[in-house]
Amino acid sequence: MKSRGVYVLSGIVLALICIVLIFAGNPGNMAFCIACFIRDSAGALKLHSAQVVQYFRPEIVGLLLGTFIIAVVKKEYRSTAGSSPMIRFFLGFTMMVGALVFLGCPLRMLIRMGAGDLNAWVGFIGFVLGVLTGVYALRKGFSLGRSYETSKISGAILPVMWGIIFVVFLFVPSLFVFSEKGPGSMHAPVFIALLCGVAFGIIAQRIRLCTIGMIRDAVLTKTYDLSIIAAVFVISLIIFNAINGSLKISFSGQPIAHSMHLWNILGLYTVGLAGVLAGGCPLRQIILAGQGSQDAAVTFIGMLVGAAVCHNFSLASAAASAESLGGPSINGKVGLICCLAITLIIAFSVKGRKTVRK
Amino acid sequence: MFEVDARGLSCPEPVLLTQMAMKENDDDIIKVYVSEPYCYKNVEKYAKSQGRKVEVKEIGSEFEVIITK
Repeated sequence: MKSRGVYVLSGIVLALICIVLIFAGNPGNMAFCIACFIRDSAGALKLHSAQVVQYFRPEIVGLLLGTFIIAVVKKEYRSTAGSSPMIRFFLGFTMMVGALVFLGCPLRMLIRMGAGDLNAWVGFIGFVLGVLTGVYALRKGFSLGRSYETSKISGAILPVMWGIIFVVFLFVPSLFVFSEKGPGSMHAPVFIALLCGVAFGIIAQRIRLCTIGMIRDAVLTKTYDLSIIAAVFVISLIIFNAINGSLKISFSGQPIAHSMHLWNILGLYTVGLAGVLAGGCPLRQIILAGQGSQDAAVTFIGMLVGAAVCHNFSLASAAASAESLGGPSINGKVGLICCLAITLIIAFSVKGRKTVRK
Repeated sequence: MFEVDARGLSCPEPVLLTQMAMKENDDDIIKVYVSEPYCYKNVEKYAKSQGRKVEVKEIGSEFEVIITK
């Protein structure tokens, strides 16, 4: 078992990685957003055509490869599959819809909280409620069932495939599309982004980082390790932003955010609920996929497809600007409500855990 | 002896089942079977936080966590 000091130090180092990425060119308050970066990657791969969010983010490559390598080195790589893959696909899809209505995954929620974005603190209320709903479903017997060991090669396909796409991106970039303006055009140099992703992935794998877990574990088992990491992470970012002059405590004027409170709450409520059911937040899904879980890999593909659908069918929210309040369109509102309704049905109807015996 | 078969289950089900087993069988020895290293670590951490003694055995590619008072 790790000591509290390790968790505190991890929170600080993870915040430093985000700070490096901000200085190196990633968008403000979006240093390391899993949902945004999967969405940008989907755009670069021409899965959607939203011109401002297209870039093959090396951070995602780094996360997958970093986790894969450390899992192999530590003999924690296990190729597994078979635990309700299509429900997991749907939960990944739904997490992406919720995240893009809020404008960020739970990791970006923490980053925005650390920059004084009060919209993220409002969204945090929804996130906590979503996780609590998921915990209630778990206590009522929700389970996606067991996974089983598969051929070792099978679990390596996603990290290796993403690594090969990265090599193609490096040597034949003309095959991809890249944003010329907007968040997709703002990015750290490739190898800084890659190294930050690898470092983040290795740390996240070792400390079993999960933003869902920071609430879930505190409620379910009264264990606070992940909560401590998250709190230290946010406090570190607040201190950095205060020193850097970028701490702005307000609802308006925040980068890539909107103040439609109900939809910020509902967006992250959906992510929190779907994340508990899927066994982890978007970041944790990548970590699990990197260490051989094909169920998590299917969730990742769900997020990738979800991101493409969000932009092809205008489900993603618009950021507030001088001309507009931003927030979700009617498509986004209807899409989110439908995904949430189906997720609630899944939460309280998928059962079948008979695993305790005398 | 009370056995919990949590092999292949997602987080946090192994810990949840361990918690249920510990509540229902306060004085018993509890054996928890899990597949993933992070699952046995989570179960071990939880049991120790409840003041229990924990022994972990590696059996093939899986783990047996024995929890005693």
